[in-house]
Amino acid sequence: MSNLFDLLVAGLATGAIYALVAVGFTLLWQTSQTINFAQGEFVMLPAFLMLAAMHAGAPFWLAIILGILLSMILLGLAFKMLLVDPMMRHGVLPLAIATMALAIGIKEAVKQFFSAEASPFPSIVPTGDIAILGHAVSLQSIGVLVVAILAVLGLTTLLNRTSLGHQMQAAAQNPTVARIIGVPVERMILLTFLINAFLVALASLLITPIYLAKFSSGEVLGQAAFIAAIVGGFNQVRGAIAGGLLIGVLDNLAASYVSTQYRAAVPLIFLIVVILFRPQGLLGRAEERTV
Amino acid sequence: MRSTLLVGALLTAITTTGALAQAIKLADVAELSGGGATVGTNWKNGIDLAIEEINAKGGVLGRKLEVSHADSQSNPGVARAQVQKALDAEPYVLLGPGYSGSVKVTAPLAAEAGIAQIMGGEAAELTQAGNKFLFRTSFGQQSSMPKVAKYIHDEMKAKSVAVVWVNNDFGRGGRDVVVKELDRLGSKVVADLSTEAGQADFAADVGKIKAANPDAVFVYLNEEESARILKELKRQGVTAPLMGETTLIGQKVIELAGDAANGARGHVGLTTDAPVDLIKAFREKFSKKYNYVPDHNGLKGYLAVYMVKATTEKMGKVDSKAFADTLHGLTIKAADEPGILMDVTFDANGDIDRQSFLVEVVEGKQVVKQVLPKVK
Repeated sequence: MSNLFDLLVAGLATGAIYALVAVGFTLLWQTSQTINFAQGEFVMLPAFLMLAAMHAGAPFWLAIILGILLSMILLGLAFKMLLVDPMMRHGVLPLAIATMALAIGIKEAVKQFFSAEASPFPSIVPTGDIAILGHAVSLQSIGVLVVAILAVLGLTTLLNRTSLGHQMQAAAQNPTVARIIGVPVERMILLTFLINAFLVALASLLITPIYLAKFSSGEVLGQAAFIAAIVGGFNQVRGAIAGGLLIGVLDNLAASYVSTQYRAAVPLIFLIVVILFRPQGLLGRAEERTV
Repeated sequence: MRSTLLVGALLTAITTTGALAQAIKLADVAELSGGGATVGTNWKNGIDLAIEEINAKGGVLGRKLEVSHADSQSNPGVARAQVQKALDAEPYVLLGPGYSGSVKVTAPLAAEAGIAQIMGGEAAELTQAGNKFLFRTSFGQQSSMPKVAKYIHDEMKAKSVAVVWVNNDFGRGGRDVVVKELDRLGSKVVADLSTEAGQADFAADVGKIKAANPDAVFVYLNEEESARILKELKRQGVTAPLMGETTLIGQKVIELAGDAANGARGHVGLTTDAPVDLIKAFREKFSKKYNYVPDHNGLKGYLAVYMVKATTEKMGKVDSKAFADTLHGLTIKAADEPGILMDVTFDANGDIDRQSFLVEVVEGKQVVKQVLPKVK
């Protein structure tokens, strides 16, 4: 059990990434009833935008800024205006299928215009370890965890403590009433898309040094975050965070104490158990079905 | 009547000349995307380079070589469909795939069509099933793993070994042979860890290796995962020497893993750092054309085409049915066919025998420490 602490830290760091991505699922679901099956590819793309900027000669810090801005334009603004808005009128299912097509499109485009091979990606956190309670803990793990926690804290503060956040929640919970009381619902929904784009760009920046920049890296990540969002509660931001952290830790503990051979199955089994006993997710809110 | 005969003779001559001038068609199915994209891209580039060279010098028996490339997406199911499609076009020889799992499901198709398949897979079982149309461009695990186990036991003096492998046909095949050999030699396997292709987090696996405290660690994963585990091994301070095969110390792994690759050792059937003049020349040509240093898969693709050339010239005719028979038992000398790079011999199973190398990564570069002779 001596490495339990290390496993917990590494699991929490990976889980924090899943949480960031899973939050995007819940944000979009709450405001526009959109399930974005391209969410994993949304995390993959910003890393390539940053790499492209660096190849063009930009220093890393400038590439990060450009990558985040371009992500917000492409994965926030353009995604909403060119895909979600036109498809929304046809219902949730066609929209979900359209996002699957988008995922394939993004992957193929990156493969075609960049490379099918993995590329190294610089880390914003220095490599090396720090001693905590007698354990050598990777600075990268801590960095990922801290940045992810700060991002999520910032998001929850925005949602719960500011007028803007209250307007966003009102727009998500009852758009009709929100409109009547003067909330600019469309603008609030757009803001949600932009926040999601910012979060995926941040996740991309944190995770790519570990996962490596590769056109297919969104597949695993999107699946893990989707499971995390369902386990935690698809309609609650805090649920997505809890789900992400749980899946990250569970994966590492299962690999270490159960079997490395069946580690991929463990989150899926956990998902099935949660759905069987608590279909709305661990921290989710049961929604009444409208007939 | 006479003019009719003359026209007929002319037409026959034109048609025959046309047939003679027809290109020799090769079909390549490789991992151009997916987990094996590094493998497939190098393999494809090696093929293209060889074909360009051969055609520039007049082709094979006066005919140009032509190749069609298809993407298996590193997926055995897709590979099977692509190979079937390629065979429908009746190529002279089939090249690829590189992944053992994909070779396993496609080899019966090529054998049924009677077309020789020159591939990059290394799983031991591939050439053990009596398929008379399957040929390797690199050592099978039944040849390489005993050399690896011997090195771990004799040179590293390891009494206890941790074995970490990727859970697919490639990884399982290597793991089975090396564990058996280590056991036979008297080195105890104290940790036997399977990992997933595409796995990102190796903290738990390395934690287990650390807890087992082995004298040496044998790492047998695909390139990208090798880079990730090397980083994690370094991060967790594992100091036991690392031993692997080509996939642990390849150029791409070194590029991705950075400093963490330093000190890793591996047995390689082929490396562009080999102290062989023809290989050095290949490396130069390849790097000039593609702007990067190829890994062993670039060499494999290049060799595959020169195997086609040498065998066809030995036969003196382009005959896909006789091709496999001719290649079995054939020795191709680099002095006669420089494109083959080193003297090679193919046995009755399609397995290859030639020199191999013991490599260590020193300051981000492969350094050949030993040249190991041909087995026979």
